[in-house]
Amino acid sequence: MSSFWSDNLPKLGQMFAAIAIFLAVLAVIFFIAGKANGKKQRPIAIVVFLGPALLLLLFGLLGPAIRTLLLSFKGSASHSWVGISNYKWLFTDESMRIVLRNTIFWILFTPIITTGLGLLLAILLDRMRRESVAKSLIFMPMAISFVGASIVWQFVYKYANPNQPQIGLMSSVARHLGFEPTNWLLTQPLNTFLLMIVFVWSQTGFAMVILSAAIKNVPTDVMEASSLDGATGWRLFRGITFPMVRSTFIVVLATMVVATLKLFDIVRASTGGNFGTSVLANEMYSETFIRYDAGRGAAMAIVLFLLVIPVLVYNIINLRRERTIS
Amino acid sequence: MSLLTRNKAPKIAEHNAGRKLFGSRGATITVWIIAIFWTIPTLGLFTTSFRPKEDISTNGWWNFFTHPHLTLGNYSAIFSTSTVSGIPNGILPYVINSFVITIPAVIFPITLATMAAYCLAWVKFRGSDALFYGIFALQIVPIQVALVPLLNLFTGGVHIGTVTIVPALHIAGKFLGIWLPHTMFALPLAIYLLHNFISSLPRDLMEAANVDGASHFVVFRRIVLPLSIPAIAAFTIFQFLWVWNDLLVALTFTGGTEGIDPLNNKLAGLAGTWGSHWELLTSSAFVTIVVPLIVFFSLQRYFVRGLLAGSVK
Repeated sequence: MSSFWSDNLPKLGQMFAAIAIFLAVLAVIFFIAGKANGKKQRPIAIVVFLGPALLLLLFGLLGPAIRTLLLSFKGSASHSWVGISNYKWLFTDESMRIVLRNTIFWILFTPIITTGLGLLLAILLDRMRRESVAKSLIFMPMAISFVGASIVWQFVYKYANPNQPQIGLMSSVARHLGFEPTNWLLTQPLNTFLLMIVFVWSQTGFAMVILSAAIKNVPTDVMEASSLDGATGWRLFRGITFPMVRSTFIVVLATMVVATLKLFDIVRASTGGNFGTSVLANEMYSETFIRYDAGRGAAMAIVLFLLVIPVLVYNIINLRRERTIS
Repeated sequence: MSLLTRNKAPKIAEHNAGRKLFGSRGATITVWIIAIFWTIPTLGLFTTSFRPKEDISTNGWWNFFTHPHLTLGNYSAIFSTSTVSGIPNGILPYVINSFVITIPAVIFPITLATMAAYCLAWVKFRGSDALFYGIFALQIVPIQVALVPLLNLFTGGVHIGTVTIVPALHIAGKFLGIWLPHTMFALPLAIYLLHNFISSLPRDLMEAANVDGASHFVVFRRIVLPLSIPAIAAFTIFQFLWVWNDLLVALTFTGGTEGIDPLNNKLAGLAGTWGSHWELLTSSAFVTIVVPLIVFFSLQRYFVRGLLAGSVK
C-alpha cells in the first residue's frame, strides 16, 4: 500500500507543477510584454500570442513531416539512400497486397455507410416529436475509445468450440438460427467487415448529430411550400432536403474518409493486424516500431498523406468559398 | 435582437407542425430500434463486468437477466493495490497516469490555441490569412507522418550536418514527452475552431477597447477570454476525449514505460495477456469507458456545439 502511494503521488505532483509553471510563465510574459507601448506593442503582441503555437507546429508537425518524406527514400536504419525502393516494395510486395486491399475496402465502405446511416437517422430524428434519449444512446459510442469498442465487440464476435456454450452474441444467435457459428474474426475477408462494423457503430452518432443540425437549418418556408405542393417522402428528400444539406454531407463524408485512413486502434486491439485484417496505418506502426524498418514505415506514412491530400484540397476550396459568401 | 426572436418563435412551431405530418410514429419506432441495437454491445460489456468468473465463461451475458447473479468482486480485484494476475498494484496506477497525461494535454494546447486564434483574428498582419490557411491545412496531416522524427527529436535532438539546432531533450518516456506531442497535434484543429468563434466576436467591442488604449494583452484577458468560454469548453471536451482515448501517440511516446502508460494502452495490452480473465478485462474496460462517458454526458451540449462550430455554419 505504501509503495503504491510513494509510486503514484509524485506523478500527481508533477502534473500540478507542470500546469502551475506553464501558467506562471505565461503570466510573467504577459506582464512584461504588456508594459511595452507605442510602436513596439503590436509586433511584441504578435510574437507572444502566435510564437509558441507556431514553434510547436514547426517542430511537431511541419519539420517531422518533411523529415519523414526524406526517411521514406532511405533504408531500414536510415543510413543510405535507396531511391524509391520502399515505395516499390509497398505497391508490389505479396504481403502488402492484402493490406492495400483492406485499406481500399475500408475507404470504399465505411465512410459512405457511416455518413449515410447518420443522414437516415438525422431525417428520422427530424420527424420525431421530440429528440429523445435515443439520440444520446446512438451518440454514446463516440465517447468510447476504439480499444474499448473493440473489447465491447469481442462479446458479440466471440466464438467457442461446438461442444461448448457460445458466450458471444453473434455466435449464439447463429446457433439459435440453426447453423454452427465459425470463428468470425479468423474468417477472411469477413473479419475485415466485422471490424468495419465497430467503426460504423462508433462514428454514426457523430455523422447523425452534424447532419441533424444541418437539416434543422433548412429554411422552413422551403419545406412547407414543397409539402403543400404535395411532395412527400422520397421526393421531398431528393428534391429538397438532400440538396440543402449536401455540402454538410460531403464535409462529414470527407472527415470519415480521413478518419478511416488513419484508423489504427480497432485493428490493433481486435486482431493485431493478423488473419488478413491489417490496414496501412497499422502496418506503418508495425513496420516502424516492431520490425524497425523506418524507411518502409515512412513510405507508408507518406502514402497515407498523399491519399488525404484530395480531401484536404476539397476542404480548403470549400472553406474559401464559404468565407467569400459570408 | 428581441424583435428577431419574437418573430422566430411562432415560425418554428409551424415548421414543426408541417414536418410532423408524415410518419412521426414510424420514425420514432425506427430510431428506437436502432438505438437499442446500438446499446446492446455496451450493455453486454457492462453486464459481464458484474458477473462472477465462472458464469462468464459458461454462459452468455444475456442469461444474467434471467439468472441474476451479481458481484462487485471483479472491481475490487482490479482496484486492489496488490498484484492482480501479473499486474502489480492493479489498474489504479494506470487510471492515475491517464489523468496525469490528459489534464495538462488539454490545458496546454487550448491556452496556446486561444492566444494564436485571437492574434490571427484580430491582430491582423501581412500574411496572417495565409498563415491561417496553412494551419488549417496542417489539420489533415496524419500524425503518423510526424511520429518517428518527433521521437528522434526527443531522444537525439535536431542536427544539420554537425550543427546542433535543437539538443537532445531526453523527455521520451517522461510525462513531458507525451504532453508535448498531444499539444502539438491538437493545435491545428484547436486554432481553427477557436478562430471561427473568436473572429465572430463583435467588432465594436474590440474597437472600443482599442480606443480606450487597452493593450492586446488586456483585451485578450478581459474581453476575449471570458467571451470565448463556450468555444473553449467545447474544445476542452473534444480534446479530453481524444487524449484519454488515444492509443497511437501514447504507444509511441511512452515506449511501454510502465510508470507512465495510460489506461487505454494498458487495456489494449491486457486484451492479450488477460485473454482468459474476462472478469478482469471487462471491468477494466468499463473503467476506461466510464470516465469519458461521464465527461461527455455532463457536458454533451457544449460538445455538440463545439463539433458544429467547425462543420455547419
